[in-house]
Amino acid sequence: MNSGVITGMKPSTFRRHFRESFKNLSRNGWMTFAAVSAVTVTLLLVGVFLTVLLNLNKAATDIEKDVEVRVLIKLDATETEQQALKEQIKNLPEVESITYSTKEKELQNLIKDLGDDFALFEQNNPLYDVFVVKTKRPADTPKAAKKIKTFDYTEDAIYGEKKVERLFSFLKTSRNIGMILSLGLLFTAMFLISNTIKMTIFARRKEIEIMRLVGATNWFIRWPFLLEGLWLGLIGSILPVAAIAIGYSYVIEAMTMRMQGHFIQPLAYFPFVWQISGIILLIGAFIGMWGSFMAVRKFLKV
Amino acid sequence: MIEMKDVTKKYSNGVTALRSIDVSIKQGEFVYVVGPSGAGKSTFIKMMYREEKPTEGRIVVNGVNLSTLKDRNVPLLRRQIGVVFQDFKLLPTLTVYENVAFALEVIEESPAVIKKRVLDVLNLVGLKNKARMIPSELSGGEQQRVSIARSIVNKPKVVIADEPTGNLDPDTAWDIMSIFEKINDQGTTLVMATHNKEIVNTIRRRVIAIENGRIVRDEQRGDYGYEA
Repeated sequence: MNSGVITGMKPSTFRRHFRESFKNLSRNGWMTFAAVSAVTVTLLLVGVFLTVLLNLNKAATDIEKDVEVRVLIKLDATETEQQALKEQIKNLPEVESITYSTKEKELQNLIKDLGDDFALFEQNNPLYDVFVVKTKRPADTPKAAKKIKTFDYTEDAIYGEKKVERLFSFLKTSRNIGMILSLGLLFTAMFLISNTIKMTIFARRKEIEIMRLVGATNWFIRWPFLLEGLWLGLIGSILPVAAIAIGYSYVIEAMTMRMQGHFIQPLAYFPFVWQISGIILLIGAFIGMWGSFMAVRKFLKV
Repeated sequence: MIEMKDVTKKYSNGVTALRSIDVSIKQGEFVYVVGPSGAGKSTFIKMMYREEKPTEGRIVVNGVNLSTLKDRNVPLLRRQIGVVFQDFKLLPTLTVYENVAFALEVIEESPAVIKKRVLDVLNLVGLKNKARMIPSELSGGEQQRVSIARSIVNKPKVVIADEPTGNLDPDTAWDIMSIFEKINDQGTTLVMATHNKEIVNTIRRRVIAIENGRIVRDEQRGDYGYEA
């Protein structure tokens, strides 16, 4: 029973639902416009938010990938003791490579990075000699650092944990705020879609009454409204997709120039633009269908 | 064809519209349902095409037990029943042809079948030459004929009419009745709620009188029995 659900829908029936759903769109023009605008604004914001978020995520992974453990060697360690420490670190299974850097060199790097003010320290260098250790896998960094800390002649083992942690907590906060905002917007858009469909149902109540009377299946009656919602969602996602596709190409251009050679890079234009477009279209389709589903369930009574 | 056994209907607002109704209507019968306004005629009729569900009792229509019929299977029942109303319920923007075809389109009948059946029934009700007009261009009687055509286009076993002549002048009412007689002659069961004393007393058929939610009279070849 209930032949006309999805499977086995006749082509002519499918065409009819299609036609009817487009008729519905034009029937209440202003409501359609309002619903589509709401979807557009929503998806634009959600799209930008997702783009930023995914790029921050990428940045976090980039940083994580780069982490190295800086092993500060105790000031009183002799050269043989330093050598022993080096061997010890080298033998750790997580370690890929190890390089030595004298405190003079470290200071030079600091001066280079932070400015000539630090040249004052050349008289009395407060820094340590350092082993820079790279691990095979980024996730191993904390483990390696912890082990190295227990070795003799190690003053401390520092890695980018603070930097990554701060970025992750920032990511988490912005993700939560963004989620709440997006959810609010999505609900508003869904509500407007639902209202639009409600108007259509109201405008067509006589037709619906007759359809029920002559024995149209419930799905036959529902489909045009569900499709109408789908169109509202999809039409509303056109502009956001275009805006993000174009906008992101400019951002990429600007970022690549500025961040040349830097280990943090924005997500490459492809396939990112396909992915974000797909996500936006999916969200659009989803809120459209869901909005109309709510209206259909509440007001169609079939 | 239609069996009601101990059917009671209480609406949620506390009104009891029908009380312990027992009735049996056979295939091919022509039945008038009469009674004062608010006696329960409409509820009685709505039970037959499951617009309303009984609070108690059992209804079987054309072998289908309506008490156990699932909501999603109601459309299948409706396809075996034609319904005609006092207010025609035509779609104002569609032509006569389209209004009748609508009933077949929405149950996904094939275009070839639709064309043949629609022309057949328009012929039967005498509106073939007005197929391209829209309802507002027709008289009340013609509009009711369109609505009758729509109710029988799917070849239902039973036609249920709720005051089909209520909005029509006497002459037109007789035209409509002759169409109903034709349909009944072809073996279709006809159940018609009416206030039209003259028709009931002239075309003598079975009369079921309902008062205060009960069947007070059920006579083969009965008369109207009320002062109009």
